[in-house]
Amino acid sequence: MKIKVNGKDLLLDKEITVKELLDIQKVEMQDYVTVQINDELVDRADFDTLTVKEGDTVEFLYFMGGGAQ
Amino acid sequence: MNFTAEQMGRYSRHIILKEVGAKGQTKLLQSKVLIIGTGGLGAPAAMFLAAAGVGTIGLVDFDAVELSNLQRQIIHFTKDVGKPKVLSGKETIQEMNPDVQVVTYREWVSAANIRDIIKDKEYDFIIDGTDNFPAKFLINDACVFTKKPFSHAGIIRFQGQTMTFVPGEGPCYRCIFHSPPPPDKVPTCKQAGVLGVMGGIIGTIQATEAIKYILGIGDLLTGYLLTYDALKMEFRKIKLPNNKKCQVCGESPTITELIDYEQAACDLKS
Repeated sequence: MKIKVNGKDLLLDKEITVKELLDIQKVEMQDYVTVQINDELVDRADFDTLTVKEGDTVEFLYFMGGGAQ
Repeated sequence: MNFTAEQMGRYSRHIILKEVGAKGQTKLLQSKVLIIGTGGLGAPAAMFLAAAGVGTIGLVDFDAVELSNLQRQIIHFTKDVGKPKVLSGKETIQEMNPDVQVVTYREWVSAANIRDIIKDKEYDFIIDGTDNFPAKFLINDACVFTKKPFSHAGIIRFQGQTMTFVPGEGPCYRCIFHSPPPPDKVPTCKQAGVLGVMGGIIGTIQATEAIKYILGIGDLLTGYLLTYDALKMEFRKIKLPNNKKCQVCGESPTITELIDYEQAACDLKS
């Protein structure tokens, strides 16, 4: 099945959980990434159970500071 | 408002734009923008807003100029090392455009002073050019509470991001990023580094948003996070949902007072 992650196509053999997707995409500090699927914010508590499905558009939103110093 | 001959000349390229015109330029001259942080983001934002003729610019920063700032904080010059950033910024702006009144606040924003600073001149728009998450959440919450629009931004290494909050018209920063990461989890800007031009690109986008808001033209980055990757030369505009459960602007807010979080800076991607 095909999904989109941060604008890029990703092919998967089967449905996987958000947590598994974060692992595959090698996202570090997963406790602090915001995940959005098809314009809905995903509750952090659902990362282990919610699965991504064919055609889903997933965005990982990262904290970014910087600016003044 | 009657323009002087000098103003007619100075702002002629604005006035000729049908979206700006004499009316729009008057709005800019009568507008007030507060820039919190006079660094990588705030420096270019302040300079373009000054050049554009924003009548009142507030600068907030406690720091003094350091040599390592000059690689990106283009409002400060070599001769300014050691000088308070707000003073150095004020001097540059005054040399650029005498139409601009610069108000300086040589302090860090905190729960104790941020409302007073915003209210001091009843600023129309606020630019977050800070380098740390406690300040970013503080600015967000203060703008939600005082119903002020603001531009958020962050830069690190070769990446940047920005979004615009307008009360009642889209999600706030806290809708998306619920609370600051713990200080020990985050590398500092000093450790991570940043390409000098990143602040120029993202800070200039923040200035563009302020100008568009003041003029009431175009589409703002409300409900969108714009991300920029300089190495891939890739911009992405990610649609953000409203978060009904947002702790500060949602249906039943749990945060009703400003919070001073512990200090930490930069990003968490790696």
